[in-house]
Amino acid sequence: MSDAKKFMYINRKAPYGTIYAWESLEVVLIGAAFEQDVSLAFMDDGVYQLTKGQDTSGIGMKNFSPTYSALGDYEVSKIYVEKESLEERGLTLDDLQHLVWEDEDEDYAEKDSIRLVSRAELADVLAGQDVLFNF
Amino acid sequence: MKLTIQVNEGPYQHQSADTAYYFAKAALEKGHEIFRVFFYHDGVNNGTRLTTPPQDDRNIVNRWSELAQEHNIDMVLCVAAAQRRGIVDDGEAERNGKDTTNIAPGFRISGLGQLVEGGIQSDRLIVFGD
Amino acid sequence: MAMLHVVNKSPYDACNLNTASSIMKEGDQLLLIEDGVYGAMKNAKAESLLNGLKVSVLGPDLAARGISQDKLVDGIDVVDYAGFVDLVEANDKVQSWL
Repeated sequence: MSDAKKFMYINRKAPYGTIYAWESLEVVLIGAAFEQDVSLAFMDDGVYQLTKGQDTSGIGMKNFSPTYSALGDYEVSKIYVEKESLEERGLTLDDLQHLVWEDEDEDYAEKDSIRLVSRAELADVLAGQDVLFNF
Repeated sequence: MKLTIQVNEGPYQHQSADTAYYFAKAALEKGHEIFRVFFYHDGVNNGTRLTTPPQDDRNIVNRWSELAQEHNIDMVLCVAAAQRRGIVDDGEAERNGKDTTNIAPGFRISGLGQLVEGGIQSDRLIVFGD
Repeated sequence: MAMLHVVNKSPYDACNLNTASSIMKEGDQLLLIEDGVYGAMKNAKAESLLNGLKVSVLGPDLAARGISQDKLVDGIDVVDYAGFVDLVEANDKVQSWL
């Protein structure tokens, strides 16, 4: 892992209206096999991807929102959600799915994956990355 | 510098396929290496040989094919995106029982792992899209 | 660890320039391309978004849209595609605010 790159997937689009949210998940899941140091960020309309209670039965598309809760199994444990984007949209963390991962080093203790960060804090996180995938 | 270029949009609808092309050309002229051009989402439509733009318009597909040929660039169409949009090579035609192929010269169809690998192997990843 | 931020939409169509300008750190570089070049025009509502930022704009996209250089916010650097490549090389990574 020492030569692993820091991969950041930046998600800024709402789900279903366009394909980008779904495709981002696809790359994250396939990318997991490459054992890089992966983080996800959700900002702007991207925060809508994580909302609870999505039901696509009426629009004939696959509901991919349950996949977010599987990210922990793919060792994706760093999910940054931007505070300003949530607040602008009248949302709080309670409106989002509760995403967790299991920490092997602490007897598989369940830990929160979502880290609520300000735009300034997210800027620092982005600055520390090696590769940015834009969705 | 080693570059991977991602193209998200099809030709003609959005300028991104043009910008990506001129960026790639300028990078090559400056002696940089293009590790891969990865066509994703509607971007796979850059790789069909069946387009016939009017004579007074640019031929975006041919332009990519020529660039690939001249500089030996690896140009990859995302397989899942290509299957959804009907971009077919010999392998896909055989696997999925299609009666023809339409992939343009210089392109190949492969998986998303090729994009991830581009991110790992290149000094820079740059995305063009809507 | 400087970053190149690329914006390709008009600030009157999308929030991308707003997001990019508010997340940019000292030393980062903004490049306006495609319809993003409209964000470089002075005496316009979005002009203040560029305050304090290092800004370049893609010349061929300006010319295509009939924007002469005297209409640009002061201090903006006009580059061609080769200059675009140089900016990608000069920064550690690229964020396209699509």
